[in-house]
Amino acid sequence: MDKFTTLTALACPINQANLNTDQIVPARYLKWTRAMGIGKVLFQDLRFDAAGNEKPDFPLNRPAWRNAKIVVGARNFGCGSSREAAVYALYDHGIRCVIAPSFGDIFSGNAVQNGLLTAIVTDDEAAKIMATLARTPDLPLTVDLEQQTIVCGNKSYPFAIDPVRRMRLINGWDDIALTESFRDRVAAFRADDAARRPWAVPKVSMTDA
Amino acid sequence: MKEPQTLVDKLWSAHEIVRRDDGESLLWVDRHYVHEGSFHAFGKLAERGARVAEPGLTFAVADHYVPTRGSREDIANPEIARMVRQVEENTARNGISLFGLRDPRQGIVHVVGPEQGLTLPGLLIVCGDSHTSTHGALGAYAFGIGASEVAHVLMTQTIWQKKPKRMRVTVDGRTAPGIGGKDIVLAVIAEIGADGATGCAVEFAGSAIRALSIEGRLTLCNMSIEAGARCGMVAPDEATFAYLSGRPYAPTGADFDRAVAQWSALATDDGASFDREVALDGTTIAPVVTWGTSPEDALPIDASVPDPAREPDEMRAKYLREALDYMGIAPGKRLTDIAVDRVFIGSCTNARIEDLRAAAAVLAGRTSKVPGLVSPGSTPVKRQAEQEGLDRIFRDAGLEWGESGCSMCVGINGDLVASGERCASTTNRNFRGRQGPGARTHLMSPAMVAAAAVSGHLADVRPLLAERTT
Repeated sequence: MDKFTTLTALACPINQANLNTDQIVPARYLKWTRAMGIGKVLFQDLRFDAAGNEKPDFPLNRPAWRNAKIVVGARNFGCGSSREAAVYALYDHGIRCVIAPSFGDIFSGNAVQNGLLTAIVTDDEAAKIMATLARTPDLPLTVDLEQQTIVCGNKSYPFAIDPVRRMRLINGWDDIALTESFRDRVAAFRADDAARRPWAVPKVSMTDA
Repeated sequence: MKEPQTLVDKLWSAHEIVRRDDGESLLWVDRHYVHEGSFHAFGKLAERGARVAEPGLTFAVADHYVPTRGSREDIANPEIARMVRQVEENTARNGISLFGLRDPRQGIVHVVGPEQGLTLPGLLIVCGDSHTSTHGALGAYAFGIGASEVAHVLMTQTIWQKKPKRMRVTVDGRTAPGIGGKDIVLAVIAEIGADGATGCAVEFAGSAIRALSIEGRLTLCNMSIEAGARCGMVAPDEATFAYLSGRPYAPTGADFDRAVAQWSALATDDGASFDREVALDGTTIAPVVTWGTSPEDALPIDASVPDPAREPDEMRAKYLREALDYMGIAPGKRLTDIAVDRVFIGSCTNARIEDLRAAAAVLAGRTSKVPGLVSPGSTPVKRQAEQEGLDRIFRDAGLEWGESGCSMCVGINGDLVASGERCASTTNRNFRGRQGPGARTHLMSPAMVAAAAVSGHLADVRPLLAERTT
C-alpha cells in the first residue's frame, strides 16, 4: 500500500449529504474486477446521463476539477453498502483524500486499507472550504497527515482521524503481515476458546445436513 | 466487585485476542459468511497463494446475483452466470460449504444464517455485506466488512477493530397493532439521522423491543447500519432460545443446555454505562414510510413531505429540494396522495415468513392496483409460504411469486425498477438509483407495501386491517 504523508492538489467540492457508495459506484458495476477500470465509472450516474454524456453541472466534470485528487464532501460520505469498489473507484480515478464532516464506518475502514485518507472536519469547516473552492476553483489544498491540517489559501483547518488509521496510512502497513506476527496468540486463543465455548463451532457438515 | 458491563463489552472481550497499545484489537471471528460478491477477496487470496484458515467456520451462499424470476436452471445473462459459477469454484477450491443455487437451503445470507442456526448468541460474525448487522438480533456481534477485510478473515479467521462507542436505543411501551420492527427502526433513524449511530455498537432495549418476535428483531438490527451503526444487537432471551432450538446447525442436547446457560449471561448488567443513550416512546410510533433518498427521510404515513421553502437552514433546504426533485414529489404533498407504480416485497430486511404473512393478511381477497414482485428471503421460506397458501394470495392479488435472492433490493441480478417509476418496497435503502437508474423507492413494512398495492398510492394499513376484524 502507498504511504500517505502530505498531499498538495486540486480539490473538488461535492456538496451532497449522505453521498452513499451506491452513488460512488452503482451496483451494476460490482461484477467488474478492479483491472477492468472501475475508476472510469466513479460517480457514473451523477457524472453522466443515460446516454453516457457528461453532465456539465457535476463538479468533477468542471474543467478546474477534472484532475482533482481531493474531494470535499458533506456529512455521512460513503454511507451504505460495504462495497470496497467505492474506494477502488475513487483511488483509481486519482482521488487520494476525501474531506467531510463524517463518513460511513465501513467506507472509512475500506479507505485506510487502500491508502485513501478520510479527513474529518466540522460541518462549518467543510462549508467554508467548499465556499473557498467555489470562489477559487484552481486553489490547491495541502493536506498534511503528520500535522493533521488542511491548508486552504491563507487558512489552516485541523482535521480528525482515528490515530490508528493515521499511523497505518503514514506507514503503509499491511494488516496480514501484522496479524501473522501474532500467530501463536491466535492459536492459543482458539484452543482456550474451544474449551470455553464448545457450542461455538458448528457440528453439522454439508453431508450430514 | 466487578464493574457492570454492557452486552457490547461482554461480546467484545470474549473475542479479543490481542489489544495493541494504540487501542486496536485483534478479534476472533466465529462465523464468516461469503457470497458471489466476495470474489475480490478470493482474488487477493490467490495472489498471495494463501489458503482459507478455517473453512469449517466459513459459509457461502449464492444470493446477490441469482435470478429471482423465471428459470434458475439456465442463467441467460453470461456475466451473472459467471458470478454464480465463480462462488461455486472459489468455495469448492477452498473446502467451504456453499448454499448454492440448487441447494434447498439457498436464500439471502442474512436470512439463511439465523434460519440454519449458524447464527447464535455470543458469536462474532462478519460478512462482506453491510447488512450483516442483522445477526445481532440473536445476541451476536455482527458487522459488515470490505473486501480487504474479507481477505484478512479468510486468511487468519481474525479481524483488527477498534472498540466502538456503546449506544443504547430504548423503546418502551406497547406499540399499536400493525406496527413492527420496520416502523420502529425507521422511526429511530428519522430521530437520530443516517449517521446518528456512526462509530457505535447499538444495543436495542426496552419493552417494545422485547415484545418483537425474533424476525421483527432481525428487521430492526438489519437496518441499524442505516443509522450508521457498526452493529446492532438485542440481548438473547427465551424467545431467542426457542427460535434456535432444533435448527440444523444449532447445538443439540446437553451442548444446547450449556450454551443457553452461557447465552443467558449475555445481558447488560444493571448500572452499566453507555457512551450514548436514546429513548423513544413506542406507543406513539405510527406506520412509517420514507419520502426521500436516505432512510432518515422518514415520516409517519399521515404526514406530508417537507417544503424546502419553509426550511430556514439553507443547506437543509438544498438537501430537501434535491431529494424531492429526484423523487418527483411536490413540496408539502401529503404522503397518502403519492401514487405508486409497482411494489416489491423481499430482501434481507423483510422477506421472512412473518413478513410474507403480514403482507398476505392485507392482500387476501383484494387486488393489487399495480404490478409487483414477491421474492421470499430463502428457499425454505418460499416452501413454507407455499404450504400455508400465501403464494396463492399473492398471485390472486396480481403479484408475481418469485424465487429467493437479493433481487430488486439492489437490482444486480437484473430485477430493476424502471427509470422514473415509483416503487413501494420492503427493502432497506431508498438511495438514488438503488433499485435501478432513476428508480424512486419508498421504504416501508410488508403490511404497508401491501396497503400501497391495493390502494395504488401510499396508504395507512391500519384501516385496511381494521376492516378485517369488523
